[in-house]
Amino acid sequence: MSETVLFAIEAAINGLSVGIMYSLVALGFVLIFKASGIFNFAQGVMALFAALTLVGFQEGAVPFSHLINAVFGTSVHHFGFNMPTIIAIPATIAVMIGFAWLVERVVLKHLVNQEPIILFMATIGLAFFLEGLGDIMWGAEVKRLDVGLPQGGNVWFEENTQWLGGGNENFFGFYIDTLNLYAIAIAAILVIALVLFSQYTKQGRALRAVADDHQAALSVGISLRFIWVLTWSIAGIVALVAGIMWGSKSGVQFSLSLIALKALPVLMLGGFTSIPGAIAGGLLIGVGEKLFDFFMQPIIGGATENWFAYMLALAFLLFRPQGLFGEKIIERV
Amino acid sequence: MLDTQPEGYMTADGRQIGGVVMELKNITLRFGGVVAIKDISFDIRQGEIRAIIGPNGAGKSSMLNVISGFYNPQEGDLIYKGEKRPKMAPYMVSRMGIARTFQNIALFEGMSVLDNIMTGRMHHMKSGFLSQAMWWGKAAREEEVNREAVEKVIDFLEIQAIRKTPVARLPYGLKKRVELARALASEPQILLLDEPMAGMNVEEKEDMSRFILDVNDEFGTTIVLIEHDMGVVMDLSDRVVVMDYGQKIGDGTPEEVMNNQKVIDAYLGVSHD
Repeated sequence: MSETVLFAIEAAINGLSVGIMYSLVALGFVLIFKASGIFNFAQGVMALFAALTLVGFQEGAVPFSHLINAVFGTSVHHFGFNMPTIIAIPATIAVMIGFAWLVERVVLKHLVNQEPIILFMATIGLAFFLEGLGDIMWGAEVKRLDVGLPQGGNVWFEENTQWLGGGNENFFGFYIDTLNLYAIAIAAILVIALVLFSQYTKQGRALRAVADDHQAALSVGISLRFIWVLTWSIAGIVALVAGIMWGSKSGVQFSLSLIALKALPVLMLGGFTSIPGAIAGGLLIGVGEKLFDFFMQPIIGGATENWFAYMLALAFLLFRPQGLFGEKIIERV
Repeated sequence: MLDTQPEGYMTADGRQIGGVVMELKNITLRFGGVVAIKDISFDIRQGEIRAIIGPNGAGKSSMLNVISGFYNPQEGDLIYKGEKRPKMAPYMVSRMGIARTFQNIALFEGMSVLDNIMTGRMHHMKSGFLSQAMWWGKAAREEEVNREAVEKVIDFLEIQAIRKTPVARLPYGLKKRVELARALASEPQILLLDEPMAGMNVEEKEDMSRFILDVNDEFGTTIVLIEHDMGVVMDLSDRVVVMDYGQKIGDGTPEEVMNNQKVIDAYLGVSHD
């Protein structure tokens, strides 16, 4: 195979693994949008907050330590023990469920039957609140997150793809982060679990029912409030997964909340209401931006990754506004 | 007068109607300054088919929404099975055994007919959240039992052929029937039907009338229905409440209300000379 093709394939593989990370974030958006028609702007910050909380628990950090120290003149920072990951993750899930409950109690409950734009604004407020809360609780410095996922290139994958080069001296096999392989497996498990849950359980059925028609759902005895807590909890767990993957890759830092912006074109491509769409959209954007960069960089220069996704989304809006897997909107006159 | 018989009555076609299952006392419902329902009282008896009729905008649907908990009246009491019902969310009312259909069909369009009807069984499924998620023994057994109940309803309403079809693809008449099936699946004490025959052709109306009578006959379900087609109302119902401008202007057997001067005036208009 020629060198160009090989490197293009490598770029594509790289794109797939970045794409799956986008998908993980987009998944959280889809869940909440499907169930309540709310575009949850806070999804990215939820991923950040979940990752921060996980690191905090792991390190045995005292939450609000800065605040406590400033008010009481003390100097507490750590409980003096480290929480094992296997306990820290369920503890973080519990925090995210608590957060979901709080969101329903404090925000959603009072905004029933409001316009979508008002709910959207509420989630923007929520995003800033949560970002601030994360800062006060755990501090603003970049943290290392290690949940035992392997780092670095995958040697096995590299060695076993070297023959594709056909003796080419510049080709040492395809490079892929082992972490990304895990991300793919985790995303697959997550999607399968979500699909099984929504198709085959009573709560899953209730979830789909609420997504379809609030009034009808009420009439068969489904509590909307319970369903909202449930969806936000699941979205919180998905956010934790996304937070773990991104955090393991590039450290837990506040710029993590910006990945939400990358999820937007993913959703436009995949459709706002489709779980498989979120996955396909993420992969397409990931591969698309890497390949575009690979081929176009010599011509138009670098940094195309910053805008390519949005261009692609714009093109989709023009020709297929409902996205690849979204529900087609047909208005009968 | 029928209302003076505490232990029920015998209908013209020889069915025994039981005692009062729900009593509405001086219900008043306002939206801001608009009075939708004004001081209305009537009762619903076990096993009867009770119709609410009246011209457009008379407040019939509002009445049904009060019974099903979608609206909370500002004044008046609602006594269900001898106890005053406190203000509660519609989903709680549904869990107490009051099922309903809507004037503009409210089905889960994206789901199959079977799944739609299964949602009607929601509060018959008691297994916990986790065992549901994990599909443990109890949850799986429960799903089976409820599937059987749903199949019975499907047989009863003769919709076997479309059970796997997504609801969005069904014609209007069948959608109405699926909505009835979903309400029936919950095995309600009281079934509220908001214009079950609106927009149907003669044949579909006949089918629907037959189903309503069969439901009442087979399961002894108490039925409250709103309907515009006077012929249908007179054929189906045991007792009729007539509303006009939010007020009750008549209550009694179909024959009684038909001969009520106020009702005749409301429907035909009065000459002002």
